[in-house]
Amino acid sequence: MSVLASTAAQAIEFAAEAELNADDAKATAGASSAGFAYGLAAIGPGIGIGYLVGQAVQAMARQPESAGQVQTTMFLGIAFTEALALIGFVVFILLKFA
Amino acid sequence: MTALVQRLEGPSPAAQVALDMVKRGLPLVPVGMVIGAIFAGFNGAMSVTYAMMLVLVNLVLSAALLGWAAKISFAAVASAALGGYVLRLGLIFAAVWIVKDMSWVAMVPLGITLIVTHLGLLVWELRHVSASMAHPGLKPRTPRSAPRPVAAGRR
Repeated sequence: MSVLASTAAQAIEFAAEAELNADDAKATAGASSAGFAYGLAAIGPGIGIGYLVGQAVQAMARQPESAGQVQTTMFLGIAFTEALALIGFVVFILLKFA
Repeated sequence: MTALVQRLEGPSPAAQVALDMVKRGLPLVPVGMVIGAIFAGFNGAMSVTYAMMLVLVNLVLSAALLGWAAKISFAAVASAALGGYVLRLGLIFAAVWIVKDMSWVAMVPLGITLIVTHLGLLVWELRHVSASMAHPGLKPRTPRSAPRPVAAGRR
C-alpha cells in the first residue's frame, strides 16, 4: 500500500514538473515569437524609409526650388511607412505584455 | 555630390507639418480619454492619453530631427531619417517598457490608440497638404514676415 502511495506521489510530482516545463516552454516561445514579430516588422519600413528618403534627397538635389514641397511629402511618407513598424510594435506588446 | 553641400534654409516644412498635426491632435486628447474611459475605465483613459502623447512626441521629434539635419545638408537628412527611425522606435519601446507594470496601464487600449492616432492624424494632415498642393489658394496664409524655405549652398 505504501508503495502505491509513493508511486502516486511521484506521478503527481512528475506531472506538476512537466506542467511547469510546458508553461516555461510556452512563455519562452511566446517571448521569442514576439521578438521575431517586432524585428521582422521593423525590416520592411526600414527599407521603405531608406528608399523614400534616398529618392527625396535626389529630388531635392535636382530641383532645389521645390525642396520645401519635397520635404513635406517626404515627412508624411516617412510617418506613413513608420506606421507599419508601429503596427508590428503593437503586436509585440500585445503578445508579450497583454 | 550636390546633396552633400546643399542645405535648406528658412523654416522647416517638416516642423510646420508636425506642429500642425500637434495642433489638430491636442484637442482630440480629451475625446480619446472619454472613449478610453467608456471602454476600459480609468486605466483605459490613462493609457489612451499616454499613447496619444507618445504619438505626438514621436511626430515632433521626427520633424525636429529632419529640420535640424536639413540645415546641415540633404545627405544629413538621409542619415537623420534612418537613424531617427531606429532611435524613435527604441524610445517608443522604452516608453512602453517603463510603464508596462504600472497599475494604470491597459495594453490593448494603448496599442490600439497608438495605431489609430498615428494613422488618423496622418490621413487628416495628408488631406490638408494634398489639397493645398493641388489648390494653392486653399493653403493657409503664412505671415509676411515668415521666411520661405529655400535651398542654399549649391555649387
